[in-house]
Amino acid sequence: MESASIKKSRRHEILKNIKKNKLIYLMILPGILYFFIYKYLPMTGLVISFQDYKPYLGISGSEWVGFEHFERLFTSPDFWMIFRNTLILFALQIIIFFPIPIIISLMLNEVRHSLYKRGIQTLIYIPHFMSWVVIVSISYVMLTLDGGIINSLIEYFGFEKINFLMNEEWFRPMYILQVIWREAGWGTIIFLAAITGVDPQLYEAAKMDGANRLRQMWHITLPAIRSVIIIMLILKIGDVLELGFEHVYLLLNASNREVGEIFDTYVYTAGLQQGQFSYSTAVGFFKGVVGLILVIFANRLAKRFGEEGIY
Amino acid sequence: MRNRISVGSKIFDVINYVLLGLLALVMIIPFIHVVGSSFATSAEIAETSFLLFPTEFSLNAYKYIFSTDTILRALLISVTVTVGGTLWSMFLSTLTAYGLSRKDLVGRRFFNFLIVFTILFNGGMIPTFLVVEQTGLLNSLWALIIPVSINAFNMIILRSFFMNLPAGLEESAKIDGASDFGILFRIVIPCSLPAIATISLFYAVTYWNTYMHAILYISDSAKWPVQVLLRQIVVLASGINYDGATYTDVPPPEVTVKMATIVVATVPVLLVYPFLQKYFAKGALLGSVKG
Repeated sequence: MESASIKKSRRHEILKNIKKNKLIYLMILPGILYFFIYKYLPMTGLVISFQDYKPYLGISGSEWVGFEHFERLFTSPDFWMIFRNTLILFALQIIIFFPIPIIISLMLNEVRHSLYKRGIQTLIYIPHFMSWVVIVSISYVMLTLDGGIINSLIEYFGFEKINFLMNEEWFRPMYILQVIWREAGWGTIIFLAAITGVDPQLYEAAKMDGANRLRQMWHITLPAIRSVIIIMLILKIGDVLELGFEHVYLLLNASNREVGEIFDTYVYTAGLQQGQFSYSTAVGFFKGVVGLILVIFANRLAKRFGEEGIY
Repeated sequence: MRNRISVGSKIFDVINYVLLGLLALVMIIPFIHVVGSSFATSAEIAETSFLLFPTEFSLNAYKYIFSTDTILRALLISVTVTVGGTLWSMFLSTLTAYGLSRKDLVGRRFFNFLIVFTILFNGGMIPTFLVVEQTGLLNSLWALIIPVSINAFNMIILRSFFMNLPAGLEESAKIDGASDFGILFRIVIPCSLPAIATISLFYAVTYWNTYMHAILYISDSAKWPVQVLLRQIVVLASGINYDGATYTDVPPPEVTVKMATIVVATVPVLLVYPFLQKYFAKGALLGSVKG
């Protein structure tokens, strides 16, 4: 009885609020509609990974096949190839790329001439605003065999030219160097922001204790920005399978596919180019779920270590 | 007592300054090389390929790319999508962000969760493609705008900014009888120009750089934005491509032409960058700290 009346009054509250804020609801309506149509509707479209989807039959008309596509995925040798490639590129991102913006931030923080500091920042932010097409294009013209600046230099110093673009061994170094080139500078923003929040008294105290500047970095700055580092790491781990369709796709060619094909590029070629809608949706679904589990897991872990996490 | 700077500290400074300077140079030299080469003559390129500044200034490459309407058309498409898309995205993002910044809104937490969840999980490429197809956008420039109307991150940055405005501002406007729209357009937006500028820049850069959606949703080459064309001219013309197609019907473009195309696809971003830099550092910061 009582709970019913609470419910009733609650509903009454809500209705009153909606009435009072009807303009606000009107404002968010287009935005919410957008998220429903282009974000949530595709999520319902994931059911086609359990179907044998035929475009002319639609979701309601296509035949249900259960886990067939997933079985095919897990038993195909391609799966292990993409899985391995994705994992390796991800490891490169975490082990090689992730610490770099932190190190650059620490270095920038030690620069006392603000003009020099801002100059450096301006220059290292620029690549972030270039598209992957531009980044990859510049790499192409610089690395090409005939007349690329890099190969000309290699030749000039008397070494053998290297076919960077068609060589399996160079795919991963090229990938991670391009990631560093484009994102390292931009990545410093958040860490620099965190560093400005460090109490200057701590440095004074450390100086009194005779700590040199490297020690101050290690014992004061780094621990002070620990929580930001952890949050960024969680976000990165959540991105485990988002290695960038554009970037990898632009670097791929017939001779480096064995090391370069990742989930996203595979979904594109198998799905849109070869028309295997259901199968590649299953691949994408698997990828999405693994990503989601990893974010939740990383967040839990952060909380266990006494950090805030991202949600 | 003189504040003595120790020798160790000085050495540290020198090494630090030099390393940072080198880093910045390494990141920026490729761009200089490309811009320099685009103004060089083909002869000079052939002679010395590690050139930064051409000795003989030539506009031939630019004359060539602007003599065919392929690149002009692609540029026009990119400009249209960038301007139109940015206005559209800012309109929707501002409305949504302001609505969700209002603490008296019932269901605010629910809507916020709904939006944040789309960052963590989405339907993926194929189901999204099917929705874009069903909403009739395939092969139209709308396909580059409508499916990416709001970027959840950008919206959240704006929302945080609005939430941090002093509450008194809105209250006094309310007392003066302003409607919610009045408050948004006359008080909140004018007070949030740094955030608005930052997010506009983010959207504009994304729209200008759009590539993936163009290759997914637009098959008509006459509707390609400049980034797709750039890939055709530089990457595919190098004879190294993924899909196995060959482009032997067109002679491979000269190096200077490739360079000039890269420059043309980059310049608009470089033009807005210095003006807005001071804003975006602040704006991005806010979003990432409070996000």
